Parts: sequence; structure tokens; C-alpha cells
Amino acid sequence: MIDEPHDEPGLRVAVDKRLGDFSLKASLTIPARGVTALFGASGSGKTSLLRLIAGLDVPDSGVIRIGEQTLVDTQKGVFAPPHRRRLGVVFQEARLFPHYRVRGNLTYGMRPSARPRFDAIVSLLGIKPLLNRFPATLSGGEARRVAIGRALLTEPRLLLMDEPLTGLDGPRKQELLHYIARLARDIDIPIVYVSHDPDELIAIADHLVLLDQGRLLAHGRLEELLMRFDLTEYLGGFDAASVITATIAEHDHHYALSLLRLEDGQRLNIPLVDNPPGTTLRLRIPVRDVALALSKPEQVSYRNQLNTKIEQIGLVAGNKTSIELRLRIGEQVLRARLTRKSFDELRIKENMPIVALIRSVAFDTR
Amino acid sequence: MLSNAEWEAILLSLRIAGTAVGWILVPGVALAWFMARFEFRGKALLDGLLHLPLVLPPVVVGYLLLVSLGRQGFMGQWLDQWFGITLPFTWQGAAIAGGIMAFPLLVRAVRLSLEAVDMKLEAAASTLGASRWRVFFTITLPLAFPGLLTGTVLAFARALSEFGATITFASNIPGETRTLPLALYTLIQSPGKEAAAARLCAIAILIAMLSLLISEWLAHKAKKRLRERDD
Repeated sequence: MIDEPHDEPGLRVAVDKRLGDFSLKASLTIPARGVTALFGASGSGKTSLLRLIAGLDVPDSGVIRIGEQTLVDTQKGVFAPPHRRRLGVVFQEARLFPHYRVRGNLTYGMRPSARPRFDAIVSLLGIKPLLNRFPATLSGGEARRVAIGRALLTEPRLLLMDEPLTGLDGPRKQELLHYIARLARDIDIPIVYVSHDPDELIAIADHLVLLDQGRLLAHGRLEELLMRFDLTEYLGGFDAASVITATIAEHDHHYALSLLRLEDGQRLNIPLVDNPPGTTLRLRIPVRDVALALSKPEQVSYRNQLNTKIEQIGLVAGNKTSIELRLRIGEQVLRARLTRKSFDELRIKENMPIVALIRSVAFDTR
Repeated sequence: MLSNAEWEAILLSLRIAGTAVGWILVPGVALAWFMARFEFRGKALLDGLLHLPLVLPPVVVGYLLLVSLGRQGFMGQWLDQWFGITLPFTWQGAAIAGGIMAFPLLVRAVRLSLEAVDMKLEAAASTLGASRWRVFFTITLPLAFPGLLTGTVLAFARALSEFGATITFASNIPGETRTLPLALYTLIQSPGKEAAAARLCAIAILIAMLSLLISEWLAHKAKKRLRERDD
């Protein structure tokens, strides 16, 4: 799928698998860098695909290849068992071994070459105080973090995560998401992340593989797929959002705001963040939180007003009230939605300049 | 306190039962694992065959052993000719009889405890690079340990109390195959030995109680280690 010419060979999957009434048929490439989300509703086949990659299931036919190594080739009768694949798996339920302490769980599959990194990984995941505890005494979030550490210490070529946030409450979810995002940034290892939650994938994914009923719907860079009107119903529908990146210019501690600069020089205010100036943030902007004006309005409460150009106008299947817009800001694209009535009143046309008023910004550091 | 004959019977019983369990432990656990983890054609048949010693009269088992492993038996002849091994009327023969009678109990208990081990943990271990053997010895077996212990004690007790198959196949030879149950039977058959029979009876009860208590204690310890303190 992915497009950048400098990409190293990643994971190549072309498989066919039938399970009762359900059949999975997918052919795709997962890049050797960044977080790739396997995304879809339950029953879309994302977990089945992950199990095939991990070697926990055998495809009816197909090929799975990582880098130059063939893991599965049904025609040639090749099948590498899970323990020979060097892929880390983090399961939905942490699956820690109850009879080992946390330390024992972490070192269970540790490669000798990973020993020097033990302390770094343990502190990155914040599990140092847990080392001598038994899994039964850990909270859900702690257990997931240990499971992630355990997989990382095997020095996998790829980390597979199967909805690792399931069953955690809001704050714990945010916390673990934050750890995973840091991981993706600090440890250079490709991650395949299975999820059915648009918020999660927008927070951490670079690439997206969209599955529906065992079929590949689309794949590509997250920002690009988020811009596609035809995928809106799969990617959050009413809650659809776009992602843009911006750099912290300065902090305003008096008003508890952080001032960000987009690459074209325009500015954005967001609630104060901890990161130092110069940090690049990934901002998630819900489509319905973007309002439009023909010129910069005076005396309104919208702090963020961006000059944009209308790039594309479209409709979302099943929604008769709204019109979807793609707005260009320099190299980036922002999505907005307005009623057909407003659309007609503002006489919106392609290539027309327009001001985007952004009410709220959700953000994740990258 | 105990007479020489009594000591002889006790030690012989322990040796025979211990040997019997020692012989069946590895194949029993292997078979239990196989039955717990795989579905195959003829599994029900194998299961039935496995339970036969439990439901057959022990004398039938003893007779079948005699027919197959006896000096004239098809396997016995071969063992005698090629290896000079004779089993009937020896303590090893008694151990075989006890082992066969105890086998189903061992397999059943171990299989149940293996089936209770979460296969998801085994899958997780394999994704961490552990081979099938390593998964078995570091995950499956430790988690099934209480069941393995129960099975072993049950099998030991069954081998210890074996009578019908033993007397049929190995006969009742003092110092060779006269185990505790056989010694007791001999005493009951002889007039005027009521007091000696009562003593042996008490000894049998004592040994049984002791082995039960030890197994309970070990199982308790193992379970506690698995559950682990919530400190």
C-alpha cells in the first residue's frame, strides 16, 4: 500500500481464510515503520488477520512475508510456527503468566541482546515498582503495560497489538494510549494496532487498513483516508475528524494556552500542554467542530481562525442534511461539515478562500 | 513393634506401588496432554479403552496379563527368548499389574487439570518464542501441577491396594509379590491369625491416611503458590 519510495520492505500479507460463515480475503503491505491500524467493526476480520500474521491460525491459502523472510507460503508448504516468527503480540487480555512474577513474565521471552534495554523499557512503561508483584495483584492498565514490555523484550521485528485498551476506563485508556504513542516514537519498531475505535487510531496510527466483513475496504496514510468522504461512515460518521500537525511556538501561562504554528505560518491556540516549544503535536479536529465564515469575523469567541481554500465538496452516503468540505491549509487538509442550507446561503464553490473557525482541538503529542 | 513379615509386606508394597507409578507417570502425562489438546478420530474409542481397567474385574486384567506376558504368552515368549525377562511371579510383574490398574486414574486426573489450563496462555508463550516443549514445561505443567499431584497420589494408592490382577498375574509369593493386601488375605485364610490380620488392617489404614494427608498438604501448597499472595 504505502507509497513512500524510501520505505523498506515491511510485512506482505495475501491470505484467504474461511471460518464457518465468515471468510477473510485480504492482500496488503504493512510498512516497516510507524503504527498501522487494522480498523473495522467487530466481525470485520481484523483480529483474524492479526492471528494469521502471528501464526496462531493457518490460512487456507496465501503468503505472508516479513522483509525478505517467508513466514507462510501455502503453495510451497511453508509455515513458520509462532515461536519462530519473532513477532511480538499484545493480546486484548494481557495474558500474563499467573505463576511468574512481573519480572519473570518480562524475562520469559527476553533475548540476551535485549538485557541492556531492560531498565529502559521498564521505566518507559512505568512498571518498575511492579517487578516483584504477581499478575493477580495488578490493575488492568498495569497488566497491559507489563504485557507490552514482555513482548518488546523479545526484540520482535513487528509488534502486533489486539485492541490493547479494551476494558479500561477513560483515564486508564488515555494513559496507556500515551504509553503506546511514546513507544512508537522512542522505540523504532513497526506496530500493527487492531482497533474498532476511531479515536484510538486517530491518536496513534500513521497508516490505516480498513476492513469490512472480511474484505479490504481501503488502505493508506491515515491523513489521506480521513479525507475521503466515501469512508466517512466507517471512520466515525458523525464523529469523523481530521488530523493535522503543528509545532509548539510558545506557551501563555497566564491564560493557560499553548500557541502552535502550522507549517504555513498560521497560528492555533490550544489548552496549555506540558511539552517544550519546538515539539510537534498531532491535532485531532472533529469535523463538526469546524465552522466556516467568508471573512474573519470580529468579536467572536472562536480563538482559532485559519485561512483556507476549499479544495473539494462532497456528500456522505446516507446523510441528506450535510455537505462535506475539504479545506486546504498549506500542505495539510482539514475537513469541515455544514448544512446544505448554509452551503447554499454562503454560495460555496471549489477553490474559494474561506475562514475555518475551530471550536475545540483534541491533541496528541507525537 | 512390627514383625519382619509385616515390614517385608509394607516395604514391598511401597516399592511395587512406587515403581508402578514411576513407570506410568511419563506415558500417562503424555497421553493426558494428547487427549486434552487434540481432537482426532477414534478419540472416544481410545478413551474407552483407557478406562477399561477401571470397570473390568481386576482378575480379568490379571488373566489378560498372564495370557500376553506369561511365559507362554505371545509377548512373554518373546521377552523370555530375546531378553531373558520373565514377568509372572516377580515383583516387577506385580508392579505392571498395579501400574495398569492405576493408569486410568492418573490419566483422568491429569487430563482434567490440563484441560483447565488456559490455552490462551500457551499461545501467548509461543508468541514469546517458546517452543512446544518449553511451553509445556514452563506454562502448562506448572499450572496443572495440583492435578498432576492428585493423579499421582490416586495412582499410588490404587497400585498399593491392587489385589486381583496381582494375585492372578504375579501370584502370592512371600518377599516377592506378597504385598500388604495379599499378606492380609493370607492371614485371613489361616485360622488363628485374627490379631495379626487386624494389625495389618490398621497399618493399611494408616498408610492410606498418611498418603492422603501428604497429597492434600502438597496440593494446598501448590495452589497457594499459583494463586499468590495479594500483598
